Amino acid sequence: MCINREELVKLKQEMDETFSSFKKRVVLCGGTGCMSNGGDKVYDEFLKVLAEEGLDVTVDLKKEDKGKDLSIAKSGCQGFCQMGSLVTVLPDEILYTKVQAADVKEIVKESIKSDGVIDRLLYLDPRSEKKCKGVKEIPFYAKQHRLLLKTCGRIAAESLNEYILNGGYLMAAKAVLEMTDEEICRDITESGIRGRGGGGFSTGLKWDLARKEPRVKKYIICNGDEGDPGAFMDRSVMEGNPHGVLEGMMIAAQAIGADEGCVYVRTEYPLAVERMNKAIVQAEELGVLGNNIFGSGKNFKVWVMEGAGAFVCGEETALMASVEGKRGMPMPKPPFPAEHGLFGSPTVINNVETLATIPVIMAMGSSEYNKIGTKNAAGTKTFAITGHVANTGLIEVPFGTTISEIISDIAGGVIDKDGKINNDAFKAVQIGGPSGGCLTKSEWDLPVDFDSLKSVGAMVGSGGLVVMNDTTCMVSIADFFMKFTQDESCGKCTPCREGTKQMKSMLEDIREGNATPETLETLKDLGKNVQLASLCALGKTAPNPVLSTMKNFKEEYDAHVNLQTCPVGECEDLIEYDILGETCIGCTVCARKCPVDAISGEVKKIHEIDQDKCIKCGVCFDVCKFDAVKRG
Amino acid sequence: MSENKQENFFLTVDNIKVPIEGERNILEVIRKAKIEIPTLCYNSELSIHGGCRMCMVELEGRGLVASCSVPPVDGMVIRSNTKEVRGIRKTVLELVLANHHQNCYTCGKSTVCNLQQLAKDYGINNIRFKRREKESPIDVGLCITRDPDKCILCGQCIRMCSEIQSVGCIGFGFRSSDAEVLTAFNKNIDETECVGCGQCTQVCPTGALMNTSNIKDVWQYLNDPTKTVVVQIAPAVRTAIGEPFGFAPGEVTTDKMVTALKAMGFDYVFDTCFGADLTIMEEATEFVSRVKNGGTFPMVTSCCPGWVNFAESFYPDFEKNLSSCRSPQEMFSSVIKSYGPKMWGINRKDLKVISIMPCTAKKEEKDKDKFKIEGDPNTDFSITTQEFAQMIKECGIDFRNLADTPFDHPFGEKTGAGVIFGSSGGVAEAALRFIMDFDENPPAEHDFAFKAVRGMEGIKSAGIELNGQKFNIAVASGLANTRKLLNDVKAGKVSYDFIEIMACSGGCLNGGGQPTSKDRDYKLKRMAGIYKNDVDQKLHKSQQNPDIIKLYKDYLESPGSHEAHHKLHTHYEDKNLKKKYGVEK
Repeated sequence: MCINREELVKLKQEMDETFSSFKKRVVLCGGTGCMSNGGDKVYDEFLKVLAEEGLDVTVDLKKEDKGKDLSIAKSGCQGFCQMGSLVTVLPDEILYTKVQAADVKEIVKESIKSDGVIDRLLYLDPRSEKKCKGVKEIPFYAKQHRLLLKTCGRIAAESLNEYILNGGYLMAAKAVLEMTDEEICRDITESGIRGRGGGGFSTGLKWDLARKEPRVKKYIICNGDEGDPGAFMDRSVMEGNPHGVLEGMMIAAQAIGADEGCVYVRTEYPLAVERMNKAIVQAEELGVLGNNIFGSGKNFKVWVMEGAGAFVCGEETALMASVEGKRGMPMPKPPFPAEHGLFGSPTVINNVETLATIPVIMAMGSSEYNKIGTKNAAGTKTFAITGHVANTGLIEVPFGTTISEIISDIAGGVIDKDGKINNDAFKAVQIGGPSGGCLTKSEWDLPVDFDSLKSVGAMVGSGGLVVMNDTTCMVSIADFFMKFTQDESCGKCTPCREGTKQMKSMLEDIREGNATPETLETLKDLGKNVQLASLCALGKTAPNPVLSTMKNFKEEYDAHVNLQTCPVGECEDLIEYDILGETCIGCTVCARKCPVDAISGEVKKIHEIDQDKCIKCGVCFDVCKFDAVKRG
Repeated sequence: MSENKQENFFLTVDNIKVPIEGERNILEVIRKAKIEIPTLCYNSELSIHGGCRMCMVELEGRGLVASCSVPPVDGMVIRSNTKEVRGIRKTVLELVLANHHQNCYTCGKSTVCNLQQLAKDYGINNIRFKRREKESPIDVGLCITRDPDKCILCGQCIRMCSEIQSVGCIGFGFRSSDAEVLTAFNKNIDETECVGCGQCTQVCPTGALMNTSNIKDVWQYLNDPTKTVVVQIAPAVRTAIGEPFGFAPGEVTTDKMVTALKAMGFDYVFDTCFGADLTIMEEATEFVSRVKNGGTFPMVTSCCPGWVNFAESFYPDFEKNLSSCRSPQEMFSSVIKSYGPKMWGINRKDLKVISIMPCTAKKEEKDKDKFKIEGDPNTDFSITTQEFAQMIKECGIDFRNLADTPFDHPFGEKTGAGVIFGSSGGVAEAALRFIMDFDENPPAEHDFAFKAVRGMEGIKSAGIELNGQKFNIAVASGLANTRKLLNDVKAGKVSYDFIEIMACSGGCLNGGGQPTSKDRDYKLKRMAGIYKNDVDQKLHKSQQNPDIIKLYKDYLESPGSHEAHHKLHTHYEDKNLKKKYGVEK
């Protein structure tokens, strides 16, 4: 059973009519952050209160719902995770933040049954100290350019009808019915979009390579094996707009001539797996997926494959091995997947974000899309921003946005050790996940794109962004990321398997006071060799955090090695707590709080720390109001 | 890749112009320029792994690449000896060595170890990295011994086991620096589907996979004056035993071996070629009888224990096709243990039989209960050519300059038919030399060669006509080739009457117990040595062997007799692990 384009257009019209008959629309953020902040309870409370108030609600948009009072939807992640749970009331464009179940009655009364605004639930911009009514006024949103995430945050993630309401699958229909494979490839090439998974290769050119392969059987794979610590862009897209991903795959399949597609999602993303599976079933039932799509005589089927959680399976050749049921280990390229891919057939592997952007590009036109961003990096990019910033969350900005705009304007600035917004406390930002590089104040105004980041030893990667303030020890950070890449090395090639282990061991030596200046030299030399000689991108980039911090924070490494001290006091083996005789007033607080009774002293007399007993937990340092505890 | 085969395509390496002649990678092209690119994981007979990173070179326009993984293209300019390249190779070696159990003095691979050689060549005199702390237990199997502490994870064994042998009983397990070459569920190798062929030990660049040593056991018997110790030497040993002593592959040193064994203290030295002749008498008779009386076809040889294990695990449905004949080793040992005590006036328990084989699987075969009498094995211990060479060295014997000694009697005579058992195709040819005597117009005496079944090809076939009836014969060596052949037989794509199978590519001459060779043509050279030795024999047909004729007259009555069946034949069992564990019915 297939649906033709006319039927699809008619369905959209019906949804338009139904939707415009509602007086109000409530969108709750269904992202993980909001849900863990009580979002589920808020949603249930809404249904309860709305029923009590006698309002006729639609939760799952259907033609028959026409004339009801309002629709309510649980969307994908809206990005403003720090402020969850989020409730948007439309068409008034009110965004309520930190909403709890107890607030629901008031929202229904003030903003749904009437057109009022509840001031206390609005976002307070800490800088201007102004209340912000909606996304246009909130700096976090105002400075973003939400092309891809727009749909994610506005429609009910599990509703095919809402996707169709927003023009869903019309671009797939256009690609299938109106365009040749060559035209699609040219169009996407001209849009300038480059792969969002890390490599940054032109998506259109990648498709064109596979298109030119004469083989009959071809595959399209959606790479949803997002594994960077702190990154959740792809998950948010799969959870928030699964049909967008499928439509992108359909267009890609049309471009290369594939009749089968696989969505590879890590099993740690159960909701993404569920939503993608559900979306496939919905699309098959409607008839956009399956045999004879749009009556064209072409077939396309998609299945979901769950990865078992190996980070390296995000690498193309390892991913394909995993799909084939083999151990996920990268293979040397060539042959490239476009020529010899899944089960030996030409295959295109695109990242989730790339694929979900395709229908957006086609809808707006590739030349329009190309105007966004920079010359060599068109369009927008999502980033997951975490660490010492006021607003952690999911953002989307055009390429070329500077680091300062991202951190200061969108993320609301750096948080210092006292929890205050203070950009002076900025120390470094790690871009590009565990294999990215650490950038410093000198790159504060660097416009972010593929080439600019590469030139300073970092990378766009999949888009993780970790901001660190001046309480962070850069050696510890390097050690942390090294542990990650070593744990996730597949073990195939020597430099990555053995090299990262040795690098990790040297970093431990540095943090434990067992290193010499020679250690630093060896570390640097080994890091360079691991970069040069590793088989896949995991190994080639694994030394980045170490080499970039060694370059940008040389004095910190020197302090660890030569002075045997950790300047910010994070490396336990290199610090000691002492009580300063001239400052201590003998208040006894530290002695009482010490968990191991390592501090002795009488009231109003100078206290002392027994170094043999001290476990360096730092409680005394934190509780002393007189700065009488010295760390060093 | 077809364009690479065109003429006049060249690449330049270190200013040397080298033609591209269809090589699969630039590594092979560079080696033609007589520039040795170091590798630890590359093997021209296996798929490309690309893991060790020793073969990195600088390719103009692309930077540093692993030369094993780059197909050659006309006009490429390569530098194989830049500062970066040397830096990488040294670093990789240091990293590998840091994680390697460096007890070279006590390692059996010492002096023939690739890693040791490269460390020496690259002047690694200091390792900047932390030494391995983990100690893994050594898995001593009947045929092979695995020492994970010496494994450098090059994966050659895995590819050999799965690609060439299609057994696949080892694979990579775990990730990162915990990665290991493991059996399924980390069982001991003897509890897996390992067929014991020992080909993994042939490709292992270090001492992580070795022939299990029984040298001590052999010495124990030789040192015991109450024991009469008999040794039999397999056909393929003579074509390779010289190699560790400076002979070229294929230089046959039969009579020196006898001298060496006598010097070691063996009481009787016999030639397994005699056992091979005996096998032909029984096996060819079985074939003729199947033809006459209507038996299962194709009849498949059973002299290779690696193949028999493979059949029992993966092709139990071929049980009836397998010849019921024991292998030459087991036939001969059975004869010695049965008739020797009477012949020499000693007790069976004081008679010990040692076999010297090119094969590791023989160590497992001799341990099977069906080849024991009241717990006493017919073959007490089986050692490999490698172990034999070790023993010769241990005795300080100057093998190269040793005098010649003939084999002992009464089993000292052999024919060329027994000798060629050492090569793939040899058993089929020997059987043909027997069977063709039944033809109304038998070939002339000097016309004993059936060349269609000779050579290194994985699957060979030939047709003969016997009294107007046509018979098709196939010969396979290497178990992946075997799998292909048997699947084709099962699918009805091909039809054969007689099939010879050897587990190791090229046959016993390339057995898992043979010395490892650096000569890239060693198989062909050893094969040539065997066929030359056949020509050098007085007799070429097993049925002409006077000692065989006497043996039947004195003890075994006739080929296929009741007594012969009792002493020389066997049965098989279904060892399919999937069935055993209920995965498959």
